[in-house]
Amino acid sequence: MSYIPSDILAERAARGELQAVGRLISRAEAGVPEVRTTLAAIYRRTGAAHVIGITGVAGSGKSTLVAGLALRLRQVGDKVGIVAIDPSSPYSGGSILGDRIRMSELAADPGIFIRSMATRGALGGMARATLEAVDILDLAGFDAIIIETVGVGQDEVEIARASHTTIVVSAPGLGDGIQAIKAGTLEIADIHVVSKCDRSDANRTLMDLKQMLMLGHAAAASTDWQVPVIGVSAYSGEGIDALVTAITRHRAVAFRSAAGQTRRLAIADFRLRKTAENLLAERFAAVAAEGAPPLARRLADRDAGPYTLARELVANLLAWESKHE
Amino acid sequence: MTETGPIRMLLAKVGLDGHDRGVKVVARTLRDAGMDVIYSGLHRTPEEVVTAAVQEDVDVLGVSLLSGTQLTVFPRIFALLGQYGAGDMIVVAGGVMPDEDVAAIKAMGVRAVLLQDTPPETIVTTLRRLVAERGAR
Repeated sequence: MSYIPSDILAERAARGELQAVGRLISRAEAGVPEVRTTLAAIYRRTGAAHVIGITGVAGSGKSTLVAGLALRLRQVGDKVGIVAIDPSSPYSGGSILGDRIRMSELAADPGIFIRSMATRGALGGMARATLEAVDILDLAGFDAIIIETVGVGQDEVEIARASHTTIVVSAPGLGDGIQAIKAGTLEIADIHVVSKCDRSDANRTLMDLKQMLMLGHAAAASTDWQVPVIGVSAYSGEGIDALVTAITRHRAVAFRSAAGQTRRLAIADFRLRKTAENLLAERFAAVAAEGAPPLARRLADRDAGPYTLARELVANLLAWESKHE
Repeated sequence: MTETGPIRMLLAKVGLDGHDRGVKVVARTLRDAGMDVIYSGLHRTPEEVVTAAVQEDVDVLGVSLLSGTQLTVFPRIFALLGQYGAGDMIVVAGGVMPDEDVAAIKAMGVRAVLLQDTPPETIVTTLRRLVAERGAR
């Protein structure tokens, strides 16, 4: 079968052809040079979709929550795109992408598009091409696009710089009131969800999070948005309606208020810097492949210090840049 | 490897077949060979499997069957792939089945049939060869 140009795939994707959407995401993920101009053109046509980030520790119930949420959003008429991220092996580079299994109820609905993605060494909870996949789904007419991050620790907060609404999922039994006031992922939530709230210890987690937020209210100035804490049980279905209501309310804030405008600018700023960072990292890798070994030899011989030699390597990169401009 | 990244593979279980130890071993083997492996879970319909394969745009759709339903499952899968315009997807089969069925599903377009006695490295090399032969897409 012959190679179909990405521009033509983009037109097909805009008409809602799922095969074209899938193929474009693959090309974005592979970073083939041919797709980059198409992605730039696609980006200019996007911005309508509500991007919802869902994050939380491994096993907290993110995928199950995404499934329940997507079903409910379908009922109110949204087409829902999902990008679900799982880790790549640091040894083989391979991965098992298992989020889809939790979403099997969604499998037959053409108004739901699920794409699994491996981190391929990217830190921060998302994969390098995650936001390009979101753009492609936006182009294809998906109204709500859910990014499910890889299971995170305490420090992966990039999702809040990429989504209009960030949901942090906590499972019962994993910490106390001190955990709840620590810095990091818990701070980024627009909405807190406590999953598995059919369990008896869920109340404790709900209470810890609510108290943490009350401490914050005393310290912070009033804003357009009060962060809710919602208990959800995928088992009983409890809490999903409350969550959808909160998301809908936050969508209005994100798209209409002054705070929402500021957030959108912050999202663009993050995207710009992250893309530039990726470009630099790509070029640095190319320059270092050639330039690093002789410098490493000198470092091993104690010929100069690491800082001096690193500056030389960076100078190589800048020389390469000016040669290729 | 394709020239652009890890091979993407969907491993699928179709129908009432409830045994997935084998497919999990294969998933782990392929992960350790550097592939991105998506596992469908048990009891999927051909519609669900093909929709997933198209959304995930996998290089290879692998269907594991221990239930003897290969002669009804594969025609349905190829028809659905055609409807999606995804005829370039490589489809392989695994599991247990009679020799005459192996010939029959190969005639339908299944590119390789890797039965229960296939050494893991043969699975890896077969998939790599099929994707390399297909070329960029």
